[in-house]
Parts: sequence; structure tokens; C-alpha cells
Amino acid sequence: MNHSFSKISRREFFKRTGVVSGGFILAYSLPTLGRAEEPIVESTELNAYIVIQEDGKILIYSGAPEMGQGIKTSLPMIVAEELGAAWEDVIVKQTPEVNVEKYGRQSTGGSYTLYRNWNLMREMGATAREMLLGAGALLMEIPKSELEAVDSQVRHRVSDRSMSFAELAGVAQKQAVPDSKSLKFKPREDYRILGTSKSQVDSLEIVTGIGDYGIDTKVKGMLFGCYEKCEAVGGRIVDANLTEIKRLPGIVDAYIVKGNGKPNELMDGVGIVGTNTWSVFNARKKLKVSWDETQASKASWSEFKNFAQGASKEDSEDKITIGEINSVLTDPQNTVLESFYEYPYVSHLCLEPMNCTADYRKGENGKPDHLEIWLPTQNGPRFQKFAKDFYGLEQDQLTIHIKRMGGSFGRRNTNDYVSEAIELSKRSGRPVKLTWSREDSMKGDFFREGGFNKIKGVLDPKGKLIGWDEHLIRASYPGKPGFLTGPWPSAFPFNSVDNVRASLSTFRVDTPTGAWRAPYSNTHAFVSQSFIHELATEANRDHLEFLLEMMGDPRWLSPGQINALNTERAIGVLKKVARETQLQSTPARNNRGLGLAFYFCHAAHVAEVADVTVTQANEIFVNKVTAAVDVGPIINMSGALNQVEGSIMDGLSTMVGQKITMENGRIEQTNLDKYPVLRINAAPAIEVHFIESDYDPTGLGEPALPPLAPAIANAIFAATGARVRTMPLTDLGYTI
Amino acid sequence: MGIFTITINGTDHRFEAESEMPLLWALRDIIGLTGTKYGCGIGQCGACTVHLNGEPIRSCSIPVESANNQKITTIEGLATRESLHQVQEAWIDQDVAQCGYCQAGQIMSAVALLERNPNPSDDDIDSAMTGNYCRCGTYIRIRSAIHSAAKNLSVSDLAKEA
Repeated sequence: MNHSFSKISRREFFKRTGVVSGGFILAYSLPTLGRAEEPIVESTELNAYIVIQEDGKILIYSGAPEMGQGIKTSLPMIVAEELGAAWEDVIVKQTPEVNVEKYGRQSTGGSYTLYRNWNLMREMGATAREMLLGAGALLMEIPKSELEAVDSQVRHRVSDRSMSFAELAGVAQKQAVPDSKSLKFKPREDYRILGTSKSQVDSLEIVTGIGDYGIDTKVKGMLFGCYEKCEAVGGRIVDANLTEIKRLPGIVDAYIVKGNGKPNELMDGVGIVGTNTWSVFNARKKLKVSWDETQASKASWSEFKNFAQGASKEDSEDKITIGEINSVLTDPQNTVLESFYEYPYVSHLCLEPMNCTADYRKGENGKPDHLEIWLPTQNGPRFQKFAKDFYGLEQDQLTIHIKRMGGSFGRRNTNDYVSEAIELSKRSGRPVKLTWSREDSMKGDFFREGGFNKIKGVLDPKGKLIGWDEHLIRASYPGKPGFLTGPWPSAFPFNSVDNVRASLSTFRVDTPTGAWRAPYSNTHAFVSQSFIHELATEANRDHLEFLLEMMGDPRWLSPGQINALNTERAIGVLKKVARETQLQSTPARNNRGLGLAFYFCHAAHVAEVADVTVTQANEIFVNKVTAAVDVGPIINMSGALNQVEGSIMDGLSTMVGQKITMENGRIEQTNLDKYPVLRINAAPAIEVHFIESDYDPTGLGEPALPPLAPAIANAIFAATGARVRTMPLTDLGYTI
Repeated sequence: MGIFTITINGTDHRFEAESEMPLLWALRDIIGLTGTKYGCGIGQCGACTVHLNGEPIRSCSIPVESANNQKITTIEGLATRESLHQVQEAWIDQDVAQCGYCQAGQIMSAVALLERNPNPSDDDIDSAMTGNYCRCGTYIRIRSAIHSAAKNLSVSDLAKEA
């Protein structure tokens, strides 16, 4: 690990926190609010992403929002590598504005941020490097071809003469910007930064408590706000006891707000603003609102489940058909196996509750209105569009500060918490920091959707999988994001079995759903990979061999398409994880077994083996999880490992005990006392093996999660002979 | 309403607040120390952990009046003028955080653990840290950083004795 990092940054810490002699007083505890201004350093901008400072520091911007996926470290590492910067000299900041023309995509999601920025970041670094080399050639009077950029210096390979980037920056800025097609990127063997482990760039801020999350925003004259909505989504507001609320201590004002009926934009509610968060939370306890629930959600998990149990294949709509599924199903020499799988709604549970700070300033004397906003979001450009469509605000009427997020996992893609903050600022004429309580955040989630699969597999007389007939039973409601439901035609194993049908039945459940870490895959992997194990077991065959047979010859199903399965990479991770765990030579004994699962999603091939012990009392111990992962070359080794470790923990936490249920439109689990999460005492050992293939690097925020649940399920079967077809495990009587 | 005096990170703070306001919100919204985080408000997640006279407590669950005339240490008070706390150093070196939101609470619990048990086993760590939830699942690194900090703390203690 990079020890000099903490030494350099420590000076930065004291500078920024303003230590005074004899005591330790932080700058933001002084009455001015906000951080102490940083000293102004002369600097030279070489392009939108790179600024060389006179003091030798190199400022690299990160355009993608940071939510814990490590992108604020990994993207600048790519820039620094191509630039030839020493990582110790690099300072990273979030891009100061949302401007896609200048910075490209400034959103993050789908684990594609790295892949989509790989070439742009290399271009930024290489362009600036060529300009610095050009400047070095001029000033040192040496042919450019004899110079190299390394350790933040331009160095003459022969004489070892050198000039620092800081010395060259002024002249470099005047060099012609090289054509991007002329740029040569570094070969992998020359990498000094990529592939190493770097502590994330905000580590110091995080461990000292000065990390600047959205919820920590401080603006002069700011009020604190909260927003109460109908417990059943879609309820319209009739009246509320605002007069009484306004009299409560610490309360400045309260408002009835009418929304547009779209849960991801603005719903009806009561907004309260006051002098601190607790006062507005406390005032809510006295709030009496009369709601019209005629059009409100009546969503019911128990009704959904009843529907699913009775749902008939004949009433479903075919979504994927390949080959002749009916003929293999009815051929008497084949064996048909049928199972029913169930998985619940789950919450994003970002530990930082939803929040946003808005300062809406009404234009005076004919000037346009202006909105300054401190925004924890995965997608700043989407907010820009919303601000225009919903509020009529053009880009020049917006000042957007993208904030570090305390987790997102797909949650912070909507504008609900954003518009509520704007409404309260508009009405109060003051900057307002809106904070959702934990209960608001759980009740007002856009959940990972639950659902059911009735699934049939067909084995030929040799025990080969030749048919896959899946009936998906999922929720529907107006305005639901369609991509979440599935079945996804590109998903494994639809393209790896000769005869396939996947059909869909839906039932009205008005509970909003949204992207949740590895959407669709996070449940489809559980169903498909557990069922494949059932089929292999039924055929009395080795699970690994069964999967390898499904992969067939090594090939890329759609060459060049990053979202298409590459069976060579799939076989690679399967064999790797099997070898590392001695999967085939380790029989289950003493209620301890190994379980294998593979999945392909987000352009990543991942195989995992779980080592699980189940006691007589159905207590589960996950001794170890081993993962083999192919996402191409690793950018930040520490960050990559952290994402795989975290995905496995998240997969386990979700699988063991998490379940959101709703009745009469109301969410029944509203805080951690009713929603068990994985704690450190149940955290398994994790071993990760990366196969650093030569494909372009892709992201790791999601793809290591889906295989975890089926690996555990298959291990439980190996250990006990009991099949797991329901999540969470606590519904089956297991504990951890 | 009441007037309270609390020694926070070695400095006396005198301020007005409602007596039943949880210490968490006084720290964040009145004093302006936002390193201590709000996670669940019911003492289940540990993000709001601070030290009350050296003992780790959940600041969301004690009213500010209970902290009157007491000593509070928050995450912002761990480092000295000279250096970061060894636990903070270990957290950086092991690159523990992902989103980082829970880590202030994790670190405060870890520091309290090492103060009463300078050489904890994995089991000791698990039982001391079970009240601190990490949504990102950085538990392996938390364990490892605590072991590493314990080693470094004992080395620096030896250096002091020498």
C-alpha cells in the first residue's frame, strides 16, 4: 500500500482543517461555515481534465460521481498513467460543473463507467503528455523522440536531463493539441500505476470526518427540511394541521406541496423547514395529514404471491423462443425437471439517507431565477434535463455541485428527493437541506423487485441440458422502468441451450421499483444457477462439467459486443475457481459443502464457490467464498478487490434475511430493527482471483454479486441435501 | 430549551438546544461537526458512534442534556496536531472504505476497543464491532485494519517507553 499518500495528505488535512496552536479547532466549527479557502496556487490547464500546478501538484478531475465504487480514484489513475505523472503528485477533484460537452458522460451506473471512460481518460492523459514532451523538446533543445514523461517529469533518456511538468506547463499549454488518432497509448508492460493498489483519493477525508457528503452540506442561512408523503404511494393530500406545526419549537414554516403524481419526480406532501434536522423530524410526530387514497397503491405482497402460485403458463406472454421447446418437453425419452423459485423485494438501504440541499433564488429586476444545488446523484445530466422539463431552468440558471454519496447501488438516479428540496427552498426563499429519515428512505425506496419463476429443464438421455422453459411472474404498474422485468434475451443461459422459452405474467403491484445493484441479474442468477445445479444433480453429473458442456466451444457469442457472453472467458473463470477450491476433489462431509455458480453480466465473467457449514439447528456458517473474475486488466487492485469483497457481502446480506413486504400499499419494514443486515461477525473469508485478460477493462460495482446467492444455495444442498429455492434464507428457517 | 456546555474534542462548547435533542443532531446541526453520521436514528447502525468520557456510545440515542458537562470525542478529534491516530492510518493504508459513510463510526468503535484491549482477536473484534453496520461490506478490511493498528500502537508504545 502507498504509505507516502498519508504523509502528503496529512499536511493537506491540517491546512484544510485549520489547526490552531494549543487546541484542535476545525475550520468548519468556526462561525463562517464552510471550509477554509484553500490558498491560491498558480496553475495551468492542459485540458478539461488536467491542471498542472506551480507547486508540482497535478490536479485531475473525475467526471463520474463517487458512491463507493471507487471511480474517483480509478479514472484519474488512467489519466495519470498515460500522462506520466507520479501518483503522489496527483490531487483529484470532482469536476466543478455538470457540462457533458466539456467532460463527456458525467453519470455512473451499470458498472460501465470505467469501460465508457477508458479511451477518453487515456486520450486526456496522452494528449497532455505529448504537449509536455513538445514543451520539453523546445526548452531542452532535444528531439521529442528522445524524451519520455515519467514521475511528473520530462526526461531525456540518454543524458537523464529533466524538467518537471510544473516547469513545462506554461509552454506545454501553447503546444498544438495532438490529433486523438495520432496518440499512442502505453503498452500494459510499461504501466507503473495501473494494476497497483491505491488507497482511494478521499481516504483521508473519510477517516478524519471531513468527507463532504451531500448530507454534510452547509450553506449560509440554510434551513433544515423534511418532507412527509402518503404511506401508500400515490395518495393525494387534502389537508394538514400546518398551523399547529408552525408553532412548534425550531420550526420556521410548513407547506402543503402538490406533486405531479410521479414517484420519481414529485409527489404530494407536507414540507417542514426549521433550524435543525431534529426539530423538523420531531415536528413530524405531531403532523396530522388527511390523505385521499383513492388512487393510492394497494400493493400487497401476499396477493402477489397468491397470484404467482396460481399463475398459468398458458396465460403468459412468450418473450424469448429459441428452437422447439414443446417437442423436447414432450419427448418421452427426455427427463423434465420443474421447480418454483421465489425472491423478495429488497431495499437499497444506502447508509446515507436521501438528501439534497437547494438554494432557489428568484430573479429580481427581470433577471432569471437561479438554482444552486448540492446534489448526491449518479446522474447530474439527468437532473439537468429534469430541471429544464419540470422547472423550466436552462443550464445557465443552474449551479450544480455533485456530492460524494454514502452508497447508492442504483438508488440515487431519481429526482424525488431533489425536487422536494427545491420546493422547500422556493417556498421559504432560503437555502434548504432536506434530509429523509431512515424510515423515509426505506418507505420511499425504488426497490429491487421481487418475483417468482416457474421453471422447467429438459435433459436428454445422456444427461445433457437441451431445453429451458422459464415462466417469469413479476409486477407491473404504470410508469415502471421496463428493462427491470426481464427476461433479458442476452442473459445466460438463454443463448447456451438449444431449445428455450421464457414467458412473462404480470400482476399489478404499485410499489415503485428501480435499478438495484445488478438489476435483473441479481435474481435471475439465483434462479438459473441454482436450477442448473438441480439439473446436474438430477442427471447425476458433476456440476462443473455440466456447466462447461453448456459453454461449448470457446467463442464470443457476438464478437466485439462487450455485453455478449464470451465462453472462453467463462470457461476460464470456472476452471480457475474450481482449481483454487479443489472443487471436484472435495466431497461434502460433516454438513459442510462447496457450491459453485457462474454468471455473466455487466460485461464481466464471474464464478464463485461458497464453502458452507450448516448445523443441525439450521445455523449457517459461510466459511469462505472464492471468486474468479475476468474484467480484463485491473485498474486499481485494491479498489477492485474491495468491490468484489463488498459485492459478496452484499449478496450474502441480501440472501440471508432481507425481505421487504407491503400490504395495502404500505411498506412493512421501515428500519434496521425489522430488516436484518450482515454484521462483521458473519462476514466470511473471501479470496479473489483476477484473470487479467487483454480485453478492455470493465467495471466491478455489480457483477460479483449475482453468483453469490446460487453459490450459497448450492453449497447448502451439498452440505445437507436440502434445496434452497426461496430467498431470504430466514424464510426457510435458517439463521446465520 | 436549555443551555449546555459540552467539552467536544478538548474544546468547551456552550450552546442552546432543546433538552431532548439527540446529541447527534446537536453535534451536526448546532456545533457543525458533521463527521458523526446519521444512519438509522435507533442505535442499530453505529454510524453515529462517539466517545462519551472515553466510552463508545450511539449519539442518536442519548439526549444532549445527558452529555452536559461531559467530555465528547468525535471523529474530528482523533488526530492530534502531530499525527493521525494509528487507527486512522491503518484505515487509509488498508483502503478500508468504499462509500465511507459508516467509517467514522467504525473507527470510533475500533479506537474504543483498542483502548481497553490492545491486542484483540478476531472474535474480540467481531463482538466489539457487531453494532457497526457497513452497507458496502468492508468487514474483512475493518478486521485487518484493527489488527494492523494494534500492532502499530504497541510499537509506538514501546518507542515511548524507550
